[in-house]
Formats: sequence, structure tokens, C-alpha cells
Amino acid sequence: MELTPRTPKGAPAKSRLRRLAIALALPIAGISLSGCTLPGFGAHQSDTTTGQSAYYLWQGFSVVAAIIGAFVLALIVYAVVAYRRKGDEIPKQTQYHVPLEIIYTVIPILIVIALFVATIVTENKVLAMPKTDVSINVNAFQWGWGFTYDKQNAISVGSTTESPVMVMPVDTDVRIVLTATDVVHGFYVRDFNFSRFALPGVKNQFTLHATKTGTFFGQCTQLCGLYHSIMYYKVKVVTQDEYQTWLNSFNTPEGKAAADAAKKVLKEQMSAHVPVKTEISRGAN
Amino acid sequence: MISTIDKVTTESHGDDHGHSHGHAEHHGPRGILNWLTTTDHKIIGLSYTITSVIMLVIGGALAEVIRGQLANPNGHLVTMAQYNELFTMHGSIMIYLFAGPFAFGALANIIVPIQIGAPDMAFPRLNALSYWLYLTGAITMLLGFFVTGGAANFGWVGYAPLSDAIYSPGAGADLWIGGLMLTGFSAIFTGVNICATVFYLRAPGMTLFRMPIFTWNLLVVSILILLAFPVLTAGLIMLYSDRHLGTHIYTVVGGGSPVLWQHIFWFWGHPEVYILALPFFGMVTEIIPVFSKKPVFGYKGMVFATLTIAALSLGVWAHHMFTTGVVLLPFFSIMSLLIAVPTGIKIFNWIGSMWRGQIWFSAAMLFSIGFVVTFLIGGLTGVYLASPPLDFFTHDTYFIVAHFHSVVMALVIGGMAGLYYWGPKITGYMLNERIGKTQFWFLFIGTQVFTIPQYILGLQGMPRRMAIYPNDPQWQTLNTWSSVGAIMIGISTLLFIVNIVASWKKHPAGDNPWDAHTLEWFTTSPPPHHNFFRLPQIRSERPTWDHNHPDAKTLAHGKDAH
Amino acid sequence: MRVEAKILIALGLFFGLMCAVYWTWSLENAGGVMMFFGMGLCLLPGSYYYWWSRRMGPRAEDDPNATQEAGAGYIDAFPGSSIFPFTLGMGAFFIVLALVFGSWMLVPGLGLVIWAALGGIAEGRRGGSR
Repeated sequence: MELTPRTPKGAPAKSRLRRLAIALALPIAGISLSGCTLPGFGAHQSDTTTGQSAYYLWQGFSVVAAIIGAFVLALIVYAVVAYRRKGDEIPKQTQYHVPLEIIYTVIPILIVIALFVATIVTENKVLAMPKTDVSINVNAFQWGWGFTYDKQNAISVGSTTESPVMVMPVDTDVRIVLTATDVVHGFYVRDFNFSRFALPGVKNQFTLHATKTGTFFGQCTQLCGLYHSIMYYKVKVVTQDEYQTWLNSFNTPEGKAAADAAKKVLKEQMSAHVPVKTEISRGAN
Repeated sequence: MISTIDKVTTESHGDDHGHSHGHAEHHGPRGILNWLTTTDHKIIGLSYTITSVIMLVIGGALAEVIRGQLANPNGHLVTMAQYNELFTMHGSIMIYLFAGPFAFGALANIIVPIQIGAPDMAFPRLNALSYWLYLTGAITMLLGFFVTGGAANFGWVGYAPLSDAIYSPGAGADLWIGGLMLTGFSAIFTGVNICATVFYLRAPGMTLFRMPIFTWNLLVVSILILLAFPVLTAGLIMLYSDRHLGTHIYTVVGGGSPVLWQHIFWFWGHPEVYILALPFFGMVTEIIPVFSKKPVFGYKGMVFATLTIAALSLGVWAHHMFTTGVVLLPFFSIMSLLIAVPTGIKIFNWIGSMWRGQIWFSAAMLFSIGFVVTFLIGGLTGVYLASPPLDFFTHDTYFIVAHFHSVVMALVIGGMAGLYYWGPKITGYMLNERIGKTQFWFLFIGTQVFTIPQYILGLQGMPRRMAIYPNDPQWQTLNTWSSVGAIMIGISTLLFIVNIVASWKKHPAGDNPWDAHTLEWFTTSPPPHHNFFRLPQIRSERPTWDHNHPDAKTLAHGKDAH
Repeated sequence: MRVEAKILIALGLFFGLMCAVYWTWSLENAGGVMMFFGMGLCLLPGSYYYWWSRRMGPRAEDDPNATQEAGAGYIDAFPGSSIFPFTLGMGAFFIVLALVFGSWMLVPGLGLVIWAALGGIAEGRRGGSR
């Protein structure tokens, strides 16, 4: 890509085509490349598979944006420097250059189509719903979270004073069933490159597939009232064995009692519980 | 060649119709009563300008407090409750009370009728009513600060059910709704007025495709206002009825749907973005060619780009709702991506207008170039957000905040360009160029220092609307930079006020200080009561230029390709 | 007039197309309804202008070669000044405040609105202000 164009009229059709080909190839290249060769453009490679797909798309978009941005900025700077006032004569009163105008209409359309295709490919990966046994129900309320596990006693509830912990196994597809009991909240784990609204009356489902163990930081992203700023939770990704041990810890008498107490707390929080009308298992496409 | 016309002598009362000059001075009431009873679009427009700039200052002051709070991870400048009020009212004031009214009420009101050779707006009294509704709406919304419970605190988007009576009791929220209803009607009436003015009051020879781009954009904006604002008003009435009349339109408990509010709000909200932006695009499209001594490049492409933006704008609203999981992602993704095409055409046309010109770097031109650069940043980051997978991890983070602040700060810069460009026409006196250029550098650099750290913060995962971030003290540096940028923007606003005071009635502007193109520069500065003593023959979209430079006409179509 | 009509009709048709695609694809009603009425809001004035343009023929402002003399003459009454927009605005202000502070405010609100309506109509009949 040459950044300083010779003239707006100049370049022959062939180099335009080449530029077009480069522009089209880039987002796709950005996705197919594993990401090692490209910088992150400020984003971080995620610790989930879906987040990684989004990260590669981010790189593709960033390359396109950087090229277009640099090209346009170069045009502006060139115009500003080269055509500053030098005298009083009136320049040529050109108003139209139809071929040029068509070029800068058609090329952006092609770029947009390429970006759209890349978007759809990534979106299908991000929103895929593979079959899985691990399913976590997430309840958001003012101002805390409750995590319960399908067919298990395990539970974690907490609000602003003590962050609850969502424990999930590594290298496994984990279904998240997300809802809110009062107002709209936002489920967001920054290291997973993903967020989803917790809507009252709606069960939002999506899949997380963590690739790395560790503790990740989550918080509410959608303004939900007074203590929105401190509505935190933690996501603890553990190995399969540790996960089973953790689940089993709720099956001991003490564990059961603790779980029952926690369930009571959650039930109280959900006293304003609203009936679920809509179930969404994928983005609505 | 120039003819004195009777068209300007349109008052049905008063003296004889033959003498245009008899109407140059309007003998109405004086003083405060003149302000209260005026129907002159220029005085109404000036009232709009002053009121909306005051709103800019108020909203800016709130922003400075917000940035002060965020400069420290455990900021104690305000409490969390106050912080929620602060960003809600900052957003509401800036969007509803500054940007919109400034865009289609202030300069549009003054300039559009003059640009098409009309004596006034089509409905002068309706125009005055628009202003009074805007002013009372602004007062209503600001009254929220003085009632028990404080002002609205559910964000400027007012998502239900947070905005209903259970989660947001108190008069502040009702005043917010009431203020929006008033300003909404004000916008609708302005839209009707501009449409009627442009359709019916153009001067002879001023065909639709000879109108200046600014007027074109305002026409399209008015159509968008008529499409979008009634939806918001209806949504607000339903919200009020949920709050006080016991309906359950947005609450799940009674069988309603919270997402409906988001649909309604953004069905207004996204066209609103273009309602805000297009007038400023228009201003810049007027200014860049004038200071490059060239006609606007690709005039017809510019018009079609504007119409395309308007056409697409009705089908993109749910890109604000990608993370709800209940919207049709591919449809809104492609529609939103496509908006980039006409916007790109505009940017290339602005560059094309400068190309091979003789660029005079007046303050207005500097602001315009600053607008293009800032808008380029905001526009490119907007393309990311049209892609659902990318929106998923940037939604409700500072990346979004940075994106739309790049865009709206570009609009503020464009608005300043408009004020420096048309200020002399409105007041009759030049603004100080040196202070103007200093102001430009403060505003332009301040904007970038303000937004760029926010992009990085957003990618690092800082959500918006956070009063404190005690778990992430590493964000303090970037937040402090952002606050420094906010202070620079604040200084630039002060410089603008200083400039107005410093250049008050110092250097008379004359009719056409910039050697500009359009009809408003043909009349006196400030224009007489019904705008024109005489009009030139209109044979292109640059009647004043054609009149002043008869031998430098726009090159005929096709002859320009060397 | 004809160009104005065509622009509005074209916008309306585009909204109609978008509405059809969106509604059949998403089956989501709120957006579909809003886009449908968006279409109507463009087609209604558009078709009216089109019909009017066929009856009226091109006006001076539609004629690229019109001289300024062609537009000379009486346009309409433009009131030089009027208190009624202000009164009406204040009436609306009080009515909205009545939503918040209690219905007693409807009394001055409706009073001002009725005064403005009567006064404004009378002023219009006289053909201008004063």
C-alpha cells in the first residue's frame, strides 16, 4: 500500500485492482493467521475459544482500519501541506470526477462485504451451541450474582460485600443460562472477550470454553442502579478433577447445609422473581 | 443581472409593498418583550445558539467532575449515587439539550432560510414555539437537580425496568421524562418547519439540486426527525404510564417486555445520531470548499450519500442491542457496516474539495480539518462495533465511550467551525482569529488526549458508568490522561467565551469576509429583518461566487478529467 | 415539487423493502411496526406532493432558468411578532410539570394553552401580528 497517492485521477486500473485484492484478502488473512504474527491492537488474546475467535476478527478489522485510516490521513495531510495557499489565483473549479467517485464507492462496498463475511464466520463460532453436560445458571440481581449448577447441589451467591465465584472446568464446553431478576445487568468477563445482557424475563444461553485454568475477574457492565460499580464476581477455571472435588464438597452434610443456606439467600434475592417468557439459545439469527 | 425583488417584502401588515427598504428595520416591541414575542428566525436561532452553548457549558462542567472522580481509582469527589446522576445528566444534557438543538435549532434556524433565499421560516410562530418548548424542556430536566431524590440516575438511555417507579422513584426521573417530551415536540416542530421552508420558500432558480449541502443535510435531518422523534415521545409516554398509571408495558411482572423499551429507544436513538451528525457534516461541507477556493467536490455524490445515510439509519437501531441476544444479528450488522460507505464518500469528497485548491487556514478551516480527522477516528472505530463478535467484548466498556466521544467531539469541533464561519454573518463582527486558532489546538489535541486512553481502557476491560475501580489501580494513569484531555477541552471552551468578549463589536465583517459561495453571503451582516434587499440570479449551487467571479464558474461535468 | 416527491417516495419504498426483509426474517414485531409506519410517513406526503406536482406544474423554484422577477410578489403573511408561541410554550411547560408536581398545575397550563389557541387563531385571521 502506498500511502502518498500521486494524484486522485492518476493510477491505472491494474494497480487499483491490486489494491482491491489486498484490501479484500486482509480481513480473511487476519482470521486465518493464528494471531502470532499480528499485533493485538490493544486487545488481548482471550482465555476462551470463542474469545479467541473474536480476537482474530479484531485483528483482521484492525488491519483494515489501520490501512484505511493511514491512507485517508495521508491524503488529508498531503492535501493540507501541498495545497496551502500560495497566491491569489483561483484554482481550477473542478467539481466532479465520476470514475474516481465510483471507485471510492465500490471499493468500500467490497471491503464492507468482506468484513461482513468475516463477521458471520466468527459469529457462528462465537455463538455455537455444542451439546454439553455442564450447565451453569447465572442469576443477576441488584447487586450481586447467584451461580447454580444443573443437577448439582453446588451454589455460589454473593453481592457487593463478598464476590461470588463461578467455578467451571477447563477445556470443557460450559453452557451458561443467564437471567436477571430485577433490572437489566451485564455478564462480562474481560479475559473471555465476551459479554451478554442478563435480561429479566429472558433466559439467555451461550457457551464458554475456557482454555486455561486460573481466576478471572468479572463484573456487571450494564448500569443497574446504585452499586453497579462494585457488582463483581470471579470466575475460577479449574481442572476436571478439581471441578469434581468442588462439586462433591457440596454433597457432604456440611456442604449441603451451606448450599441450602446459600439457596435461601438466593431465593430471598429473587423474591421479585419474574416469570421467564423467552428462551434464547443463540443470538437471534 | 441583479434584480431587486418583491419577494422580501412579505409582511402583510405595515407599509406599502413596493419598497423593500421599508422592511429593513422591523418595528416590533423592544427589549425583553422583543425576545419573548419575536418570530424572526435569526433571533430565534440566536436564542437557540446561546441556550445550547450554555447547555454545553453545564454538561461540560458535569463532565469535568466525572473526570475528576475517575482520576483516582477510589475517588471520593462524589458518592456513587451522585456519580450516577452526574453521568446521566451529562449524557442527557449533551445529547438532548446541546447537540440536537444546536445542530438543527441554532445555526440551521439562522442559515437555512437565508441559504435558499427565503424571507423567514415557513411557520415563524411554530418556530418560536419550538424554541420555547426547548427552553422549558431544558429547564424541566435541570429542575431534577433541585428535587428530593435528585436528578435522573438511570443513564441517558433510561433502560427499563431500571427507569420504572420501583427502581427509580422520585421526581427527578419524571422531570427527565417531561423534559424529553417537551424537547421532543420542539424537535418535531423544527423538523416540520425546515421541511416546509425548503419545499416551499426557495428563491426562483434555486432548484433542489442547487441547494447548499448544509441545507440539504438539514432537509434530510428534518425528515429523520419526523420519523424518529414521535417514536421516542410515544416510548416516553408509555414509560410515564408504567411509572404512574399502573400499566406494565416494560415490566415482565405484568406481561410486558423490558426489551421493548430498548427497541423503541434505539429506533429513535440511532437516527438521532445522524440527526446530530448530519448538520455538522453540512457545516464542514460548506466551509472546506470556501477556504479551498473550490466548489464542493462531488456535489451530487454528497447529496446521495446523505440520503443513503438517512435511508439506512432506520434499519440499524439494534446494533446497540447486540449483547441482548434477542435481535437479528446479521441484518443489523450488514446495515450498520453499510453506513460506512456513504460516510466514506463524504470523507473522500471533503478531501477532494481541498485537492488542488488554495487552502486558507482560517480558524474555521482548521476546525473543519480537525473535524474530519477526529471523525475519521470515530468512524473507523464505529466499524468494529457493527460486527457482533467485536461488539460482544467492547459493549458497555470504555471502548464504546471513546468511540462515541470521538464522534461527538468531532461534532463539537465542527460546530465551532460553524460558529467561526457564520459568526460574522450573524453578529456582523469578526471573531479573533488568533484566539480561535489557539482554541482549535486546545480542543483538537484535548479531544485526542481525552479519547485515545479510553479506547485502551475499554480494551483492557474497564466498563462504563463505574464510579470507582478499586480492583484495577493500573488504570489510573490512562484515566488521568483522559482527565487531562477533558481539562484541555474545558480550557478551549473558556477560550471561546474569551474570544466572544475580546472581539465584541471590534472588526466589522462586511457582507462576505470569506469570499464564500452561498446566498447568505450575498446579504448584509447581520441580515435585515426579512433577509434580502436583492437576490442574484441563481444558476448554480454557488450564486454568490458566480456573482463575484463570473469568469471562474464551476467546470462543466466531465470537462474536469484531464 | 416533483423531485421532492420522488425523494420521499424513494425513501418510503426503501423503508418498505427493509421492513419486509426484517419482519419476515426476524419475526420481531416492534421494529417491524415502526419501520412500516416509517414507510407510511414517507409515502404519505410523498404521494401527496407527487399528485400536487402533476396538477401544479413546475414552480419558479423548480425551474433552473427562472429569473428573480419570476418569484416577485406576495408570498404569505409572516407575523412580525407574536406573544402566543411563548404563551403556548409556557402552557405546555405547566402541563408537563403537572405530571410531576400535581394536577393543580393543569389549571394555569390549560388556561395558557386555551388563551394561546384563541389568540393565535384570531391573529392568523387578521393576517399577521398586532
